[in-house]
Amino acid sequence: MREALAVAEEIDPDERRGGTGAVRFLLGKLGGALASLFLVVVLGFLLFRMIPGDPVATMTREKPFDPVQLAQLRERLGVDKPMYRQFLDYVGGLLHGDLGTSYAYNRPVADLIAERFWPTVLLVGTATALAVVLGLWLGVRAAWRRGSMFDKAHTGVAVTLWSVPQFWLGLLLLIATRGLFPSGGMRSPDTPPEFLPQVLDVAHHLVLPCVTLLSVVYAQYLLVMRSSLLGEMNAEYLTTARAKGLRDDLVRRRHAVPNALLPTITLIFLQFGLVVSGTVTVESVFSWPGLGYLTYQALRVPDLPLLQGIFVVLAGSVIVLNLIAELLYRVLDPRVRAR
Amino acid sequence: MSAITRQRRRAALAGIWREFTADRGGLAGLAVLVVVVVLALLAPVITDAAELDVIHAPGLPLRPPSGRFPLGTDVDGRSVLLLTLWGARISLLVGVSATVLSVVIGTIAGIAAAHFGGWVSGILLRFTDFFLVLPSLVLAIALSSVLPQGVATIILAIGVTSWPTTARLVRAQTLTIESRPYIERAKALGGGHLHIVGKHVLPGVLPLVLANTTLVVGNSIIAEATLSFLGLGDPSVVSWGSMLQRALTSGAVTGGAWWYLVPPGAAIVVIVLCFTLVGRALETVLDPRLRGTR
Repeated sequence: MREALAVAEEIDPDERRGGTGAVRFLLGKLGGALASLFLVVVLGFLLFRMIPGDPVATMTREKPFDPVQLAQLRERLGVDKPMYRQFLDYVGGLLHGDLGTSYAYNRPVADLIAERFWPTVLLVGTATALAVVLGLWLGVRAAWRRGSMFDKAHTGVAVTLWSVPQFWLGLLLLIATRGLFPSGGMRSPDTPPEFLPQVLDVAHHLVLPCVTLLSVVYAQYLLVMRSSLLGEMNAEYLTTARAKGLRDDLVRRRHAVPNALLPTITLIFLQFGLVVSGTVTVESVFSWPGLGYLTYQALRVPDLPLLQGIFVVLAGSVIVLNLIAELLYRVLDPRVRAR
Repeated sequence: MSAITRQRRRAALAGIWREFTADRGGLAGLAVLVVVVVLALLAPVITDAAELDVIHAPGLPLRPPSGRFPLGTDVDGRSVLLLTLWGARISLLVGVSATVLSVVIGTIAGIAAAHFGGWVSGILLRFTDFFLVLPSLVLAIALSSVLPQGVATIILAIGVTSWPTTARLVRAQTLTIESRPYIERAKALGGGHLHIVGKHVLPGVLPLVLANTTLVVGNSIIAEATLSFLGLGDPSVVSWGSMLQRALTSGAVTGGAWWYLVPPGAAIVVIVLCFTLVGRALETVLDPRLRGTR
């Protein structure tokens, strides 16, 4: 947890170099994010073309292919051209929203990803929102009564959940609640097409994946909020607040928590990579029709163009979310704004 | 090394051990770890590897725990207890090797970023931040899907994606050390980069790296289980992740075969928890910044 906090403190290497003015700050951040996005694209390109030496050989490994088919495949994938040309084609395609054609589905990768994007957003969004509320609330309580039974119990549970592989937790939930919730998918085919039954059906399917994703993530928020608030506990302004005669509850709510919340909020965004990683396994367990399950299915083939597309989209979204977090931090923290 | 340095070092080690044993959680974790490692190493001696063979499976498929099979049997009729024991070998091997790889990369990157400064540091920092933000599992999946399937690939995929936290930690510590006067003295006396890093920076950084390593092992073991669960591991080797994958794909989960599901997962949790406990205890002993805060 200490590293996590260190990250929050160190969040801004650019800032200390004398970032004056909102425009300069904004440009710096945008530039950094663009550079990262470019790196993701390069990485995606290199990973799927260079490492195996010959992608055609990887795709066709252990399968019989005659030389004519191989040549056709080579041409379709564009690997017969020189490397820089391939890269330019690839980047050009990306800018036009063209991520190549899936090997297994024989459809544009971009379409497949667009189809699976919203279910993932629904799952991740719900789980994160609940995890934030639960984690922060429990974290505040635990820190405020440091060393109490409540603190020990919740910190203990959080540290244990931290060691639990998410997919295993999902499998356990599946087996423990057998029959209570659907074992997979997002909709049942026999639900009436009206709005309300459909919503209820999706919600019913959402329960288990959401709880699985949430339980590991909230633990992290709890621990971060707890240590962040503990750092504020001995601050003098709290003594002042108490001396004014404020009730304990108000001291906590109005003075301690708002200050402790800042690093925590940034961390919530910074940890988005973790949540994204979590969805891959959770969706695989519950066959939730999102990007994670799509990855799982693509791995079975292995469908390299699809995997490449998912990699770029997932990594790209995490970078964009991080950019939002850094901008948000500036808006939220008056100390940073004033500089 | 003169006799007096040796003596002093032995005294320092004894002190560390004394402080470490004061942390009961760390000690318990260490004890469990030792038992598991010994069992995993002795697996070929105390059990019969032939019973892992799918064709010569000794039991009936998916039977609940009984006298002959204390943890029941899997879909092929193999003993779940035996599989879990053998799975420990792969999990520990991959977990430890991937961690070593990750820590070596992280330490080199961290020291270089702090020691050289200037544009080297700038580029390295950007790179570290980039990898820190990137969802490591997604990158590891991408890596292991393009490389040939096998244990080495998994080790590489985890090692290459998990180094940034170590790099950050090491960089911070290196900066602290390099600001001390004795580094200035060494530089004034004409010490080169190699001398300063090797003789002064590294010894100061290593204790922290050691504590951090123990914590990273836990993450690596979970990453290994996740990748094998997604079907990226070596299909011919039994690991905890691949056991869970078979449990899901064979329908054992929906069939209610809890005995197939609980042992490998519980094993992961116990091992990871032990490494975390030991790591945190080591951290308290070795990291001066944490003295008295816990």
